[in-house]
Amino acid sequence: MTATAQTTSPTRRSTLSKVGHWAMNNGALVGLILLCIGLFIATPAFLTIPNIINIGIQAAVVAILAFGMTFVIVTAGIDLSVGSVAALGAMVSAYSFASLNLPGILTVVVGLGVGMLAGSISGLAIAYGKLPAFIATLAMMSIARGLTLVVSNGTPIDTSDTVNIFGSRVAGIPVPIFAMVLAGVVCWFILSRTVLGRSMYAVGGNIEAARLSGIPVKRVLVWVYALSGLFAGLAGLVLAGRLRSAGPQAGSGYELDAIAAVVIGGASLAGGSGRATGTLIGAILLAVIRNGLNILNVSSFWQQVVIGCVIALAVGFDVFRRKTDS
Amino acid sequence: MTAPLLRLDHVTKTFGPVTVIDDVSVDVLPGRVQVLLGENGAGKSTLIKMMSGIYQPDGGRILIDGNETHLPTVKAAEAHGVATIHQELNLVPQLSVAENIMLGRTPQKLGLVDRSSLRRHASAALERIGLRVPLDRPVGTLGVAKQQLVEIAKALSQQARILILDEPTAALTGTEIDQLFSVVEDLRADQVGMVFISHHLDEIARIGDTVTVLRDGQFVQEVPADTPENELIRLMVGRDIEDQFPRRAPEQPGDVLLSVEGLSSEGHFEDVSFEVRAGEVLGIAGLVGAGRTEVLRAVFGADRYDRGTVAVAGDQLPPGDVGAAIEAGLGLVPEDRKAQGLVLEHSVQDNTGLATFRRHARAGLVDRAGEKRRADDVTSRLNVRMAGLGQPIRNLSGGNQQKVVFGRWVLADTRILLLDEPTRGVDVGAKVEIYELINAITDNGGAVLMVSSELPEALGMSDRLLVMSAGRATGVLESNTASEDDVMALAVSNIEPAQTISSEGEAA
Repeated sequence: MTATAQTTSPTRRSTLSKVGHWAMNNGALVGLILLCIGLFIATPAFLTIPNIINIGIQAAVVAILAFGMTFVIVTAGIDLSVGSVAALGAMVSAYSFASLNLPGILTVVVGLGVGMLAGSISGLAIAYGKLPAFIATLAMMSIARGLTLVVSNGTPIDTSDTVNIFGSRVAGIPVPIFAMVLAGVVCWFILSRTVLGRSMYAVGGNIEAARLSGIPVKRVLVWVYALSGLFAGLAGLVLAGRLRSAGPQAGSGYELDAIAAVVIGGASLAGGSGRATGTLIGAILLAVIRNGLNILNVSSFWQQVVIGCVIALAVGFDVFRRKTDS
Repeated sequence: MTAPLLRLDHVTKTFGPVTVIDDVSVDVLPGRVQVLLGENGAGKSTLIKMMSGIYQPDGGRILIDGNETHLPTVKAAEAHGVATIHQELNLVPQLSVAENIMLGRTPQKLGLVDRSSLRRHASAALERIGLRVPLDRPVGTLGVAKQQLVEIAKALSQQARILILDEPTAALTGTEIDQLFSVVEDLRADQVGMVFISHHLDEIARIGDTVTVLRDGQFVQEVPADTPENELIRLMVGRDIEDQFPRRAPEQPGDVLLSVEGLSSEGHFEDVSFEVRAGEVLGIAGLVGAGRTEVLRAVFGADRYDRGTVAVAGDQLPPGDVGAAIEAGLGLVPEDRKAQGLVLEHSVQDNTGLATFRRHARAGLVDRAGEKRRADDVTSRLNVRMAGLGQPIRNLSGGNQQKVVFGRWVLADTRILLLDEPTRGVDVGAKVEIYELINAITDNGGAVLMVSSELPEALGMSDRLLVMSAGRATGVLESNTASEDDVMALAVSNIEPAQTISSEGEAA
């Protein structure tokens, strides 16, 4: 950043290079804006209120998972289990309503609690059992999916009315969007304001330096995966609420979208960096691409190709930016 | 005078607005060792990167055998016979010695590795520098010193005529350095031209012929290698450093702050006991592998130990609990600043507050304004040179990075500071500033426990010196009366003769 545009006159430098610098540091946001403009030109139907709300609803589940994933990636970890944990949380919640007749509010608590419990177990295995995060959460992915099938016997179960609120509208506002915003604010607040968040950055940036500075690294890691599980539980309820039932295969593959959203948002898998706003942009960018390609009648097969290219581009751009920065 | 093998002729290099090398000329002559001397950031590494094809000069010329030459890539430099031995070794640890020497030009027969030819070439390369190691041994199982020699053998087998040694002795012990220097002597006889960078001034007179002194990217003077150390320092820093080791011990040490009793850790150290009083600096000396770092880490709770006790002002610390140690007033400045001390990508401010942000938090929230104020205060008190608190700490020089690690513990009101090689990779000027920080801590009634491999520093900055040998404490010396020979005698006193031979250069 120091080396840019030294030759231009001071006044021009202050505006031009500031804009350029901002654009370089917010590549995903600039990409999102350009994409929206392009789609609007291609089809004005894109920028209508119903379609925007539609995009928000489509983005919500992945965004909530991705906010949880942000904690994990900031600490240089990975959580492959979030899709399965979301399904398990929703399924146990539905079971507790359908078979145990728990009151509605408790079915929500059960859904969130199961997610957090599954995440905590992964966290304990990683922090105290010294399993690599990839392996521990790969195991949890399989365990949670298996338990979902066991509980449901392979068929969907209806969810409680309270859970269904997560998929409906309240006072005209779609609850999935509300849940997404809430999860985003919580994620932002934890990362940027709390001791826990600061500890996550330190652990991800240099785990040994963090430990030698007295940060309780193991406790931080358990919290990180517990939060990821809690957010997965919430995502599971939103997903189930929209369908009014918990499905045994719900959320399959969502963990990869969540990871993609975080990485597009500028976090490094090497840890120590990542922001809630970046993750939100990443999740919305994925949803906009899917939505735009749908409107343009591009087959869903091609959509996967495009999304793959976007991930590679976003990370490639980020690598380039860091290189020129230093 | 013989013609130079390589000449950097009035070269200049800029990065954006910053001129890092400004009109500097260096000659590399056959059979001579040219020393580059300067503080960190003086431009030494930029110069060797120009010689080895990593950077291209923006002005001036590179002459090889008198002909102007462009070295656009490392490969091009190698083709002209320039080889560089970096601090970080370029070997594949899992491959054998022979395979490493022939890496990239493995002899083949019908697409298969020609093993006999491989061994023949590799063994000839080892012969040349008189290194005797088994050809089939994985390189990673050799000690650092031997790995370095393997790398030199590799470079020479590629017909290198110009050998650049970038701080080759940084990770070596005394006997290993002797071994390396005897190879350098042989190469000198073979008319190889060498460039040598070292932070150890005593090595310059031992091995160098002429010294090019650099300061802030500019050529200061070329002097013979037997120039007195004080004069070299003056040229390098640009001012007189009156006292290299300005230790000020208080008249009377205070109460015992730290007492360690019978500390043992299987395979690392055995039955180590000592006390450090308020106002005192206790040094720990010994060879690499004597267990000094391990003791320090055990005291701090970074590693567990099997037996013994650590007590602060009479209160016993729980083993293996860093949090409790910090609570009791301990702080550790670790050996490897980058790997253990700093979060390199994060800002100066975050690194400064790393040990205290939890303490100053209210209701789980970070006190952001206070963090900034405290970081601002301590970095200016410690004279940390930086662009601002938000600057990534990665961009600071070694000395300034180290001051930030010190500052972290100053903020934590540390009473007992554990220092592990506190001035490794730090400039001469910044070294003295760090020594003054040590004085300030003891002036304020703190205690310091300092591990140092540099004997002059260990003797010069400590009040008493504990010497360790093969995991045992073999004696305590009064620093102002002890000599380096006294220290060395104790440092080898627990090593059996047979062990010396087998462990020589293979301590790792």
